[in-house]
Amino acid sequence: MVSDLKKALGNNKFVITSEIGPPKGTALEKMYQHIEMLKGKVDALNVTDHQSSVMRYPSIGGCLAVRERGGEAVLQMTCRDRNRIALQAELLLAYSRGIKNVLCLTGDAVPVGDHGEARGIFDLDSVQLLHGIRQMEEGYDFGGNELQGAVEFCAGATVTPEAEPLEPQLIKFEKKIDAGAEFFQTQAIYDLERFAGFMEHARQFPVKILAGIVLLSSARMARFMNENVPGIFVPRELIDEMAAAPKGKALEKGIEIAGRTIKALKEEALCDGVHIMAINREEVVPEILAAAGL
Amino acid sequence: MKSLTRQKRFEEVKRMSDGLDRVFIIGCGTCATMAKTGGVEEVGAMKARLQEAGKLVTGAVVIPTACDEMTAVLLEENKKAVEDARCIIVMACALGVQQVNLYLSKPVLPALDTLFIGMEKSPGYFFEACDQCGQCILGETAGICPLTACHKGLLNGPCGGTDKGKCEVDPEKDCAFTLIYERLREQGRLDLMRRYHPPRNHQVLPRPREVRIS
Repeated sequence: MVSDLKKALGNNKFVITSEIGPPKGTALEKMYQHIEMLKGKVDALNVTDHQSSVMRYPSIGGCLAVRERGGEAVLQMTCRDRNRIALQAELLLAYSRGIKNVLCLTGDAVPVGDHGEARGIFDLDSVQLLHGIRQMEEGYDFGGNELQGAVEFCAGATVTPEAEPLEPQLIKFEKKIDAGAEFFQTQAIYDLERFAGFMEHARQFPVKILAGIVLLSSARMARFMNENVPGIFVPRELIDEMAAAPKGKALEKGIEIAGRTIKALKEEALCDGVHIMAINREEVVPEILAAAGL
Repeated sequence: MKSLTRQKRFEEVKRMSDGLDRVFIIGCGTCATMAKTGGVEEVGAMKARLQEAGKLVTGAVVIPTACDEMTAVLLEENKKAVEDARCIIVMACALGVQQVNLYLSKPVLPALDTLFIGMEKSPGYFFEACDQCGQCILGETAGICPLTACHKGLLNGPCGGTDKGKCEVDPEKDCAFTLIYERLREQGRLDLMRRYHPPRNHQVLPRPREVRIS
């Protein structure tokens, strides 16, 4: 059975996915509320896997909660915490429970998170994980052993259109495509002209590109990302616009900017959809969609 | 090639040797001397600190190379002081500690932590050059090892954390794949970077690793 996300991507529809960040602990009510609120408004909910190497409720748990509520789930899977045996086992569990989309990531480094002394596994990298998933679909595990009952996933990966230097990133982008990536979520983009340059390159390949939309909550956050987050470039004008927002209205401005960006991406048919990351503010995603006219 | 070491905190040395009041100290004239962690000067300082802490130091010697069989000769030469001691404190890398351990039955305690096997790139600057993985890929990575030079030990290219040629873990450190990319580009061999590397074999020589040469 083809996943609903794959169908949506294949229909030349402007696809919208949104991120769900599970909590640290078992107080899951807020995550459930976000899932209930968003499941009918977006094409898929993409659950983070210990984002920034901070230990949380697992992606697979969040994805099961999405499925139980009738939503379409994307399992984020990093190679940081599990070896190839554990990764495959989780893919089997996911498939058996109706989770048919996987986003394959290398994963952030351990020292940036809250368990800085833990061992980083990285038995595989994102390219090898994608490759392995395609092998499982053929009926064989990563070791070449026959599976009793295969899997079928819509597999995606990430790309940073503004990486510096760019060429190594583009080489890896192609390796991910060769390994079987069907869709890509990009690092947050704010400058559409620069993004259009990347899309011109990406359009050569038979993959769907979802532009990353990270909600700006303040001018300070925008500056912080420019200085500290690899591959994020918030243009000066946007920072000024955020800074000029009246006191207490910065978030509203951020929502407006995100909505406006999505609208422009769609109208100019620059890419195949967006992936919205409203980090810790999932409840405003409907407002972003409204601002985008969706 | 050098074994890079760092001195343990003195409190830890004291804790390990708790209840063992007579000690013999061994330094190393090779790597630990070069690293300034276990040469003549450091052994002298350790002797003074241990005495201050109430230990009786039966003797102290810096062995030319603690990890070779000459260590047996030096222990024999210092037989009385070694016998008088209740433990040996070794200011050498873990190889030196284990070499001494081959010849004595009494406790042999490390005063240093062994960090990595390093190469000196410029005077005083050492980097970890080899992970001893048993399947060398330097021929495909322009002579730069991604297992030691990349924080995550990736094979198929840079992660999303790389920025302006630096690593997400430490902006002072270079991104291995930027280095590999630049060098391969100079060599006109960027096709190597496009090649898919399958998952590594982590059991080339399953631990405990042993080799017998006849």
